[in-house]
Amino acid sequence: MIYIYFLAAIAVVVVAERVPSVGAKRALYAALGAALLLAPLVDHNDADYNVLADAGVFVLLALGLNIVVGFAGLLDLGYAAFFAIGAYTYGMLASPQFGIHLQFWVLLFVAAALAALFGIILGAPTLRLHGDYLAIVTLGFGEIVPQIFQNLTAYTGGPNGISALDFPSFFGHSFGQRALPYYYVTLALIALGLALARNLRESRLGRAWMAIREDELAARHMGINTTLVKLSAFALGASFSGLGGVVFAAKLSLVSPDLFQFQVSVLIVSMLVLGGMGNIPGVVVGSLVLTLVNSVVLPQANALAGAVGLHVDFSSYHFFIYGAILVGIMLFKPEGLLPSVQRREELRHATAPQDVRA
Amino acid sequence: MPLLELDSVTKTFGTLVAVNGVSLRIDSGAIAAMIGPNGAGKSTIFNAITGIYAPTAGRIVFDGKRIDHEPTYRIAASGIARTFQNIRLFSFMSALDNVMVGEHARLRARLWDSLLHTPAQRAEERETRERARELLAFVGLERLSERYARNLPYGSQRHLEIARALASLPKLLLLDEPAAGMNPRERQDLIALIRGIRDRGVTVLLIEHDMGLVMELAERITVLDHGERIAEGAPAEVRRDPRVIEAYLGAPAP
Repeated sequence: MIYIYFLAAIAVVVVAERVPSVGAKRALYAALGAALLLAPLVDHNDADYNVLADAGVFVLLALGLNIVVGFAGLLDLGYAAFFAIGAYTYGMLASPQFGIHLQFWVLLFVAAALAALFGIILGAPTLRLHGDYLAIVTLGFGEIVPQIFQNLTAYTGGPNGISALDFPSFFGHSFGQRALPYYYVTLALIALGLALARNLRESRLGRAWMAIREDELAARHMGINTTLVKLSAFALGASFSGLGGVVFAAKLSLVSPDLFQFQVSVLIVSMLVLGGMGNIPGVVVGSLVLTLVNSVVLPQANALAGAVGLHVDFSSYHFFIYGAILVGIMLFKPEGLLPSVQRREELRHATAPQDVRA
Repeated sequence: MPLLELDSVTKTFGTLVAVNGVSLRIDSGAIAAMIGPNGAGKSTIFNAITGIYAPTAGRIVFDGKRIDHEPTYRIAASGIARTFQNIRLFSFMSALDNVMVGEHARLRARLWDSLLHTPAQRAEERETRERARELLAFVGLERLSERYARNLPYGSQRHLEIARALASLPKLLLLDEPAAGMNPRERQDLIALIRGIRDRGVTVLLIEHDMGLVMELAERITVLDHGERIAEGAPAEVRRDPRVIEAYLGAPAP
């Protein structure tokens, strides 16, 4: 059953991006939206919504990272840090840890703002760096943040993290242990995230990001304050994962440092590469494919192997599997499954010389 | 009052003196040119004017304000636009988007407007797109507006760079070897285009190796050699100047 959601969503996006008519495209997306909203009338299996809510969080993270990497061209390998900051915001301010019990809905805003602030703080020292150097420094930040949460034991519960987080409630109705309310929350956040990402792409700021990605020096000659524009990419990108972190922590009712390791950053970058960097529908497809593999296919493969008497833990091979997928993509479709036109052009011409002299 | 004034500008890189005490005045509404052999310091002066390098010594005054030591983006916003010797377009953006980026400094949209597409932002975007189309038509690229910059023919790329530079409504346009690599026909179009730009009220300063083009177009010419100004004046005067002849052809045989 769970496959139907993923495959239907992926199929709708892929088809909708291929149809020439704008009307047909809108109709397809509207139908997908309606189907996702109404699915709980038919499917009463809460476990499905648990998987889908997780997938939704990753779609949100991928949309956020796409702003930084896809639009502004700033390769950030430490994006999980902001996810952690969002999650710990909920963990510390809605739990018995300090006896503070702020509302889930309030904390969504707080976490988005805090993540954006840390996006600026961590982005500022990297402003002069490009490409590989930027990637290495952000990778470092991605390692430092969970380490800090792990070692500030008095505030964060150290390696054990913080558990028994508050259940969010909606007009007095507690979410309880069910996943369904989180499913709706992530749907709403994805809708918001999609609208904002699309708006940004078609705006003064979005064009400035792309100009910086293409040629930073020329961008400065267009009157673009590259410092401000880069920091806004880091801040806005991070705010998406702040939101994702709150939902993730609340649903799990737990935060701990090992949830936000380097592999989470790698996973999100892989989603972008797989789907097609810079292209919003591509990024959604990429994140759906990888969460499908991660949270559905691998566990089922384990169960299947167990049933025939094999004791193989496929989940422990997930890095191998991402790696294989990425190598495959790089060999056969380097622009990703559903690339933007720009990205496709770029990789077709990857061998053309680029003159960088002033 | 001159629009742009360089007062004894010097720029050194370590022990290399790229520009040595060069003074220059560009009057508003002029077409001026800077010529000189390779390595004479012409591009370095452009880079100093646009804030890529801060001058080691001397002052640069534009439109009554000192601009040396200002950041590039602020100098650009204050009304100096340029093209580059090696074309630097935003390769994987459409020709139209390239010109729209050029309008950046004129636009009022704040972060909030960009995020939410407020009515004011929508109206501004429409105008921006409209103006960009007009500029593309002005340089003769209206039919290529959706093409990626990198897929345009070479001559069109040079024209697109000029359209992008004009999008900020500059007071001063710096053209760095605009005729490089152009065939005679493209070159004639370029001359007409530069005159058209001046007639729009934009002052033009160009660096060019094509002597015919410079003599035909420029009203004032500054000649540089080894980082120093060796002559300045109308084309006819400069052409006769013995120091200029020496710089280009070498010293006369004894």
